[in-house]
Amino acid sequence: MLVNNFSWKIGGEAGYGIKSIGALLARSMMRLGLFVFTYDEYPSLIRGGHNAFEVTVSPGPINAPKRPINILVALDQTTLNQHANELSDDAAVIYNSKTVKAPTALLPKNTRLFPLPLQEIVSKLGGQKIMHNTVAWGASLALLDVDFDFVKTMIESSFDTKDPKIILQNIKVASEGFEYLRRNYSIKDFNYKVEKRNNPGRILMTGNEAIAWAAIKAGCKLYAGYPMTPSTSILHTMADNADEYGIVFRQTEDEISAVNMVIGAGYAGWRAMTATSGGGFALMSESLGMAATLEVPLVIVEAMRPGPSTGMPTWSGQGDLRFVLSASQDEFPRFVLAPGDVEQCLNLLPIAFNLAEKYQTPVVVMTDKHLAECYKTIDRANFKPVTIERGEVLSESQLAKIKDYKRYAYTDSGVSPRALPGTKGGVHLVNSDEHNESGFTDESSEERVKMMDKRFRKLEAARKDIPQPVFEGDGHADITLIGWGSTRGVILETLKSLQSQGVKANFLQILCLSPFPKEAVMNVLKKSKKIAIVENNKTGQLAGWLKENIGLDPHYKVLKYDGRPFFTEELIETVKELL
Amino acid sequence: MSTQKDFTTSYTPNWCPGCGNFGIFPATKMAFVELGLEPHQVAMIFDIGCSSNGSNFFRVYSFHGIHGRALPVAEGVKLANPELTVLADAGDGGGFGEGMSHFIHTARTNIDITYLVHDNHLYSLTTGQTSPTSGRGLKTKTAPGGVIDRPFNPLAAALINGATFVAQGFSSDIPHLAGLIKKAIKHRGFAFINILQLCVTFNKVNDQNWYKDRIYKLEGTNHDSSDYYRALAVATREDSKLPLGVLYQAEKPTLSDGLQLTVKTPLVKQPLTNVDISKSLEKYS
Repeated sequence: MLVNNFSWKIGGEAGYGIKSIGALLARSMMRLGLFVFTYDEYPSLIRGGHNAFEVTVSPGPINAPKRPINILVALDQTTLNQHANELSDDAAVIYNSKTVKAPTALLPKNTRLFPLPLQEIVSKLGGQKIMHNTVAWGASLALLDVDFDFVKTMIESSFDTKDPKIILQNIKVASEGFEYLRRNYSIKDFNYKVEKRNNPGRILMTGNEAIAWAAIKAGCKLYAGYPMTPSTSILHTMADNADEYGIVFRQTEDEISAVNMVIGAGYAGWRAMTATSGGGFALMSESLGMAATLEVPLVIVEAMRPGPSTGMPTWSGQGDLRFVLSASQDEFPRFVLAPGDVEQCLNLLPIAFNLAEKYQTPVVVMTDKHLAECYKTIDRANFKPVTIERGEVLSESQLAKIKDYKRYAYTDSGVSPRALPGTKGGVHLVNSDEHNESGFTDESSEERVKMMDKRFRKLEAARKDIPQPVFEGDGHADITLIGWGSTRGVILETLKSLQSQGVKANFLQILCLSPFPKEAVMNVLKKSKKIAIVENNKTGQLAGWLKENIGLDPHYKVLKYDGRPFFTEELIETVKELL
Repeated sequence: MSTQKDFTTSYTPNWCPGCGNFGIFPATKMAFVELGLEPHQVAMIFDIGCSSNGSNFFRVYSFHGIHGRALPVAEGVKLANPELTVLADAGDGGGFGEGMSHFIHTARTNIDITYLVHDNHLYSLTTGQTSPTSGRGLKTKTAPGGVIDRPFNPLAAALINGATFVAQGFSSDIPHLAGLIKKAIKHRGFAFINILQLCVTFNKVNDQNWYKDRIYKLEGTNHDSSDYYRALAVATREDSKLPLGVLYQAEKPTLSDGLQLTVKTPLVKQPLTNVDISKSLEKYS
């Protein structure tokens, strides 16, 4: 019997409410004091097509989805056929007895079957058709040996609607799902169950939500954006909370308008942000260079999905690293940060805003669909008070003491104090043409070189402020895994598992990709016996960047670019083969 | 009290002798002076083109951005600091070519900014290619046989998309243009002025005489600028006449009204501190 340790999955047609019921199950487990990590797969369609949502439940912190699946809820035949091979030998399948044919030869021999007349239960109780997923949720709780009372409490406290009729109907159908399973089947021999633990008020959040909230915390006062999967829930979270937190929210006509509005606000002295995916970032890239040469703070979130072009809109990948590192014409300093989990999103966004303002330089925060949309249980304590550093901004009285204010004054750090529009005594030109210290257009050989060098000095000055790589695991390991972004979760789970099998491995996560933390990375790698880069792209973009920066080739590249994240079992096997 | 000199940098204008920008430049400064503005109270967001090289000559908070994108920058600046007088300044290429979508969508917001478009019917900084407002038949470097597309109608586009101040000026009539710019800045809402402009170097057709035969002032007619449909009729007249003056002006809710922003406390002047969001975390529990 395994307590509080299992993976649950639901599948059905798009439009069946798969995601919302999956999130409800995840939230239920969190309320019961457990840790969860969710993973969903869905096509870029509103109706039809196949959706699946899985919830990995664990008694302790969990960082990645875990397979095999122990409970599968099949709302249709496709679910059963597509996911039968993901099941453990002792798995249970709850399915719609009217529409799904089971058992099939695809299922493991000992699969426990729980056919339920989902639709009949809903129509008998006068519910709406979509509520068959609520029935399945109730049945899942019954199977996991959760107390019946929890069903009602959970629905009452979780549904967004204020309509008591809808809540009541959902309680009715969920309760009947729960009781139907208990009446008709025994759960005595089922290997997985839930036992309530202390819940210290954890929360369930996606990377996108964490980014939005961290930005709000850090004083982001204008958000402009355009919908693009998988960045869109940042847009939604900002829209939902704009009024309460005094944020100007604008959905613009395109990403170009969004980024320019953010640049305008940043120039005027507001903290502002936009988020998009690769395609939208491509549209923004000319403006990225403008912000860099005007030396206006800018924060862009780039949530990656597989390309090229439209690619696979609702899937995950890390193929934009090289693009973000070099987007826009010619060369200019930029910060590129890549949080690896929900907690790091909370930590890095305030840093992104500080770097952008302190160094008057664009910052791109890179995530991917896997981080952007997967839910994870986190501690509220991760929402620490943020320190706000705005860099040098001159006041009217400071400007009064300066005889000839130069917006782009040559300094050792390369940072020239700003005067915000509206400040008396600070009138100046910010200029996308190459310019001199005063901002006037200047194409002389001498000024060009000086100004280019000044901009690049900022990157060196910022080295003391950039987030350092994160090192995890044994100092003397047989193998070092290097990653960036969302692979953090699966690598941590892999490390845990390898350790329990007596394999020594460690992990170096690069949080700041530009400027590249050469020394810190070298310090770790010079002690490594074997080095493997783990990335979700075709060519090993971090590997190339590593080589360019520190002249080192990793021994192995572990690459996956099918739109799916690495799964723990898969990565464990791969790493073992490398040893 | 500021003077035109206060709005002038030490950088010498390098427009071609006779360029229409030599009319628009003083007219704009005249409007600033007459409105009692000081340089630090004005933010001008420039496009790319001959007109936008003016960013070097205007002594205000000048922002010289990229082609076509002046309006969204101006919107961001105005939202962040509503106390500023914000102008976007572009040519017909950046304004109606590359930046067309921003023109339409910014008009819809009715944000309280002024948009000046220097309309010389050509891309002149790139030495004379067809622009969206080039007249049919005009021979340009990219239409050696004459332009075949119908020209874009900026006045009508502004009107039908929600601009609440729509006017047309002429670079050779400086006092009249200054008056229009003054009205546009004073107007609360999106104020658009299409400024007919000479390009003495590349546009030999739409020259001083060509304009002289076509322009007329609305002020001398019985035009009623509060009448939207009359304004639209003037903007879409099919003869060769070119109206100068205010076609339309109306008081309507601005973007700031919609967002309920208050000019009294621009957030840009408030200290930025950690924002407490703890109560919002409940819905994630």
